[in-house]
Amino acid sequence: MLVAVLTYVGYGVLTLFGYLRDFMRQWKIEKCQNATEREEQKDFVPLYQDFENFYNRNLYMRIRDSWNRPICSVPGAKVDMMERVSHDYNWTFTYTGRVIKDIINMGSYNYLGFAQKAGTCQEAAAKVLSQYGAGVCSTRQEMGNLDKHEELEKLVARFLGVESAMAYGMGFATNSMNIPALVGKGCLILSDELNHASLVLGARLSGATIRIFKHNNMQSLEKLLKDAIVHGQPRTRRPWKKILILVEGIYSMEGSIVRLPEVIALKKKYKSYLYLDEAHSIGALGPSGRGVVEYFGLSPEDVDVMMGTFTKSFGAAGGYIGGKKELIDYLRTYSHSAVYATSLSPPVVEQIITSMKCIMGEDGTNVGKARVQQLAENTRYFRRRLKEMGFIIYGNEDSPVVPLMLYMPAKIGAFGREMLKRNIGVVVVGFPATPIIESRARFCLSAAHTKEMLDTALKEINEVGDLLQLKYSRHRLVPLLDRPFDETTYEETED
Amino acid sequence: WESFLPSQVLVQPVQLICLYAPAYHLILEGILILWIIRLLFSKTYKLQERSDLTPKEKEELIEEWQPEPLVPPVPKDHPALNYNVVSGPPTHIITVNGKECINFASFNFLGLLDNEKVKVTMIAFLIRKQVNYLRFLHFFSQIDVHLELEERLAKFMRTEEAIIYSYGFATIASAIPAYSKRGDIVFVDEAACFAIQKGLQASRSNIKLFKHNDMADLERLLKEQETEDQKNPRKARVTRRFIVVEGLYMNTGDVCPLPELIKLKYKYKVRIFLEESLSFGVLGEHGRGITEHFGINIDDIDLISANMENSLASIGGFCCGRSFIIDHQRLSGQGYCFSASLPPLLAAAAIEALNIMEDNPDIFQTLRAKCERIHELLQGISGLKVVGESFSPALHLQLEESCGSRENDVKLLKRVVDYCMNSGIALTQARYLEKEEKCLPPPSIRVVVTVEQTEQELDKAASLLKEAAQSVLN
Repeated sequence: MLVAVLTYVGYGVLTLFGYLRDFMRQWKIEKCQNATEREEQKDFVPLYQDFENFYNRNLYMRIRDSWNRPICSVPGAKVDMMERVSHDYNWTFTYTGRVIKDIINMGSYNYLGFAQKAGTCQEAAAKVLSQYGAGVCSTRQEMGNLDKHEELEKLVARFLGVESAMAYGMGFATNSMNIPALVGKGCLILSDELNHASLVLGARLSGATIRIFKHNNMQSLEKLLKDAIVHGQPRTRRPWKKILILVEGIYSMEGSIVRLPEVIALKKKYKSYLYLDEAHSIGALGPSGRGVVEYFGLSPEDVDVMMGTFTKSFGAAGGYIGGKKELIDYLRTYSHSAVYATSLSPPVVEQIITSMKCIMGEDGTNVGKARVQQLAENTRYFRRRLKEMGFIIYGNEDSPVVPLMLYMPAKIGAFGREMLKRNIGVVVVGFPATPIIESRARFCLSAAHTKEMLDTALKEINEVGDLLQLKYSRHRLVPLLDRPFDETTYEETED
Repeated sequence: WESFLPSQVLVQPVQLICLYAPAYHLILEGILILWIIRLLFSKTYKLQERSDLTPKEKEELIEEWQPEPLVPPVPKDHPALNYNVVSGPPTHIITVNGKECINFASFNFLGLLDNEKVKVTMIAFLIRKQVNYLRFLHFFSQIDVHLELEERLAKFMRTEEAIIYSYGFATIASAIPAYSKRGDIVFVDEAACFAIQKGLQASRSNIKLFKHNDMADLERLLKEQETEDQKNPRKARVTRRFIVVEGLYMNTGDVCPLPELIKLKYKYKVRIFLEESLSFGVLGEHGRGITEHFGINIDDIDLISANMENSLASIGGFCCGRSFIIDHQRLSGQGYCFSASLPPLLAAAAIEALNIMEDNPDIFQTLRAKCERIHELLQGISGLKVVGESFSPALHLQLEESCGSRENDVKLLKRVVDYCMNSGIALTQARYLEKEEKCLPPPSIRVVVTVEQTEQELDKAASLLKEAAQSVLN
């Protein structure tokens, strides 16, 4: 409660200062640093309204150095960053030319550690490069359907356990171009509160009616479903043509996992269709990395549309949709991406094929399985240790995305900078990606992190947490002793 | 202290009020009090819908409801269902469905897809770093290669700043909604490509279509808007106005009259967004696009957006312009903020391609000569007419006379294309989403000219098309 009040106070002070500085800038007391409109176009309608940019100018600028940090090596478990300083409070940056080496990378979505100079992946990619070149220069339906794409799609279908799959060039575009192909006017979309921008954009572009249910709340979803079927479309009362439920496997800002068994039960009872976006959960959950469906032990046939991206766990780019053959045939004909957008680039396709085979174990080694297990162990260890230290962590126990609450605006910038000083790279998120008082730091665990790296990181987080007073949790877990599990060992104490 | 009894405390002020307050005031208050009493005691009426259905009826409704199938079945012989399978790279000589053909269908205008120098650079890059970038923009994904590519593009186009997107389609579809919001007005050409249409749909602004390349129609719309503005000047002062045009139109193969547009821009105070996917690397003396072609100051155009998938033979897209405009997209372009960045490998390929473009400015002349040649050769085919400018490398061949329905036209053109493919020239029909396009162009065959095609090959293609048209259409 106190923290919430202090957060609001913090934002209030920043806003006041913002107004003051705008005022000073308008009256030319302070120099105006940002770019301005051309002289010839001064009498045009202004391109940006002043208030839109208020946040940008005054709040974001102060802590801008935590974002867009350029790196100069592969973003694997450790990364090299180009050092940059700002002499005018973050309006411009100059690169000192030095490189900060070996920063432990806790911000990249590198769940299975495929983003590194691996041997086999690299050789295969080099071979394909010299044969195929980089681009494709045509759309899928015209002359852009290479044999490599067909190979990839068969492999993806086998990996997911579905009849057929189709791959696209960009994860974001997969959602925003295929949802409009599946639903249209007269259909209903039920979307989770915290869905990703691509799902929201796809839903809006489709023209269907959108209703939002509370995050992971099955009662809210059931109520919406009942109301929708009973009352039909608003005003005309005609029955809906289709109902589509949009959920994600792991929500990237919360770290929570969707309640898939319950959603599937609801879907079957009310005869609606389920669209599952596994951008973060594919490769990261499940005993063999097949995603959230395997994690819950369900059959992939229950999910109508399984969508995912190759960006996070496979170290490549692009997205896919898997499902029944009729669905994929329909998408091959009517998806916006198949008709108007270029297909995947061949070396990227090769990277996906090699890493997918590695995870499935088809390349003859045990590397894939070992990585999936390592990731699960890392996740549990890291989360437990953070909870023991007293931080507030959101999300499910098994999710490799760990948001650590910061709340106050000043701590966002401070946390980012302090961690960088200690050679740990983290990602801090604030408004508008999160609600205004819930800013957080987000850690992304990877199978490439060894226990030593995690321990170093945890030690530093502990220090910074003490320094910035981030240990808000009032529940303290007593650390587990090395004794066989006993009910009395472990108690939650109230401070 | 009897005078302070409660009744007196109450009675005295009331007496004062009755004496000093005006009469109408008292009557009004009295009416109000009576009405409040009435409201308090009257029955409340619930909304009809909530009290009508019993739980049992609701259960029945839920039982009865049958949704449509998720997707309607697609007939097996749908023209777009069976793709051509290309084995190997889509370069000059392409193996389509097992047959070797000369490629007249991939937008590889400058032949950079197969260029040895580009491949060597990419392999060297791969050895230094790895294929992927792997992060969602903002956090650890701006690698030095991206910065270099942005700088090089800005320098090449002679603008202040450039921003890279990882997907060509998403470039213009994210750029438009970043600036134009609900309530703003956008004037767009009828023949605009699908990506622009999606960008406009996402922006929720008022769209006004003007006839293709018809400046008089555009001026009429602008004048109408001006008269509207005079009725409501306060609203007009905050409504932004944009014109969105393409340099070289994908659907019709002709250029937009840019000098007249610039005049209209300053006359009616509208901003111009230019989409140069086809004209970047094709028009102009050094390949800088339509602004160089017409000799216009690039600062007059507010935003130029292009994709790197045609001339640069890579993947992705970029926007360039003044920093005032481009910087805004770093926080509000959806395809930039919420998406992963371009794989560094492909960025390196684009940089190398740019190097080649800068070092060999005579390829643009060569390309133009070839375009003019094929344009001439294709004139006079009975049954097919050429649509597009003489210097446009992406032409359309449409049926001179339609046979009634679009389906039949498509089938007829397919036979022409199959005839050519069987004899060694790879062509394709231009594909559209028939139900989604705002102004659906007629069915056509796409003919793409690249620098790598020799004169004999151009002649061969033209004669083959004549034969095909003869045998199929007559």
